[in-house]
Amino acid sequence: MMIISYGLMLVGAFFYAIGGLGILRMPDLFNRAQAGTKATTLGTLSLLLGVGVQHPDWMPKLLLIAVFIAVTNPVGSSTLARAGYHSGVEVYQGTSVDDLKGFYEKEAGTDE
Amino acid sequence: MMDALVFILIGLGLLFGLIRLLRGPSDFDRVLSLDTMNIIISGSIVVFALVFDNELYLDIAIVYAILAFLETIVFARYLEGRS
Amino acid sequence: MSKFIGTTVIMFIPWVMLTGFDPAELVLGAVVAMVIAGIILKSLDYSFGPGSIIGALRFLLVYVPVFLWELIKANIDVAFRVLSPRLPINPGFVRIPTGIKGDYGRLALANSITLTPGTLSVDGDEDHLYIHWIDVKGETEEERGEQISGPFEGILGGIFK
Repeated sequence: MMIISYGLMLVGAFFYAIGGLGILRMPDLFNRAQAGTKATTLGTLSLLLGVGVQHPDWMPKLLLIAVFIAVTNPVGSSTLARAGYHSGVEVYQGTSVDDLKGFYEKEAGTDE
Repeated sequence: MMDALVFILIGLGLLFGLIRLLRGPSDFDRVLSLDTMNIIISGSIVVFALVFDNELYLDIAIVYAILAFLETIVFARYLEGRS
Repeated sequence: MSKFIGTTVIMFIPWVMLTGFDPAELVLGAVVAMVIAGIILKSLDYSFGPGSIIGALRFLLVYVPVFLWELIKANIDVAFRVLSPRLPINPGFVRIPTGIKGDYGRLALANSITLTPGTLSVDGDEDHLYIHWIDVKGETEEERGEQISGPFEGILGGIFK
């Protein structure tokens, strides 16, 4: 039981480290948001499950934390990415397609 | 022993996030790394609950996660409106 | 009336999960949940009926496993990309069509897209979503939409009409 629990916790902590590294290495805001959000969400779920295996009586609270983080973490990153694009954050040069550009120009056009 | 290994990996994640927080070219990068670090910290508070064998830490983790979400949204809105 | 009961139950369940089954806490939680449900009822725009319970069950039994599987795939993908020295990325912003209306269905779809391999939803309008994709493939909007939201579109479309 301890082995399963610590195995899950190590996987979670490993994905935390990956998320941090992704934040550090990726070239622009949007790629960083991708790496950071996904890795920390699964990391949290795995870590909480690992703790729950050792303490089954904590499961309801851990489940609540897990659901809350799984719902809010992507919302936070999406809002941040949208705000960043709106404010003209520098986009990585290798970005091949940009369908969003036309969308905001069109929106700005209708405002005037 | 295993606890230490878990904390080392969590600490690595926080360290990388901190470097991005200090370097981050734009304010958005800083808020993003802060958001990631907040999630990592709320996860590590849960590990503290296990290490100290105290259920109270879970409540702290819940409140921390709620505040972290609000902080991200408020900062994103604020920075969006400022430019 | 069914909306009031549904809202109360939705708020009461997290309370029970937080405090356990102490009778005093249960009574207090039920009263507070009913008061808050009464206050916020007007500003909620969902309907609640027998269909919602089936929808919630389908959400838990069909959607959640698919979602978790995609999340695990996404993380292995991210781990490979971050750890490989060359950073193999080919990012782009793409527009994909979606048939799902309604705020809650949209929220679930956008969150699922954010947590599936290589994609991050950025914005949306009436019937499109704008996605940041770390490794752009495909040529047309439909082709890309099939690749990005394919597994979820059908499931969520069945749950949130």
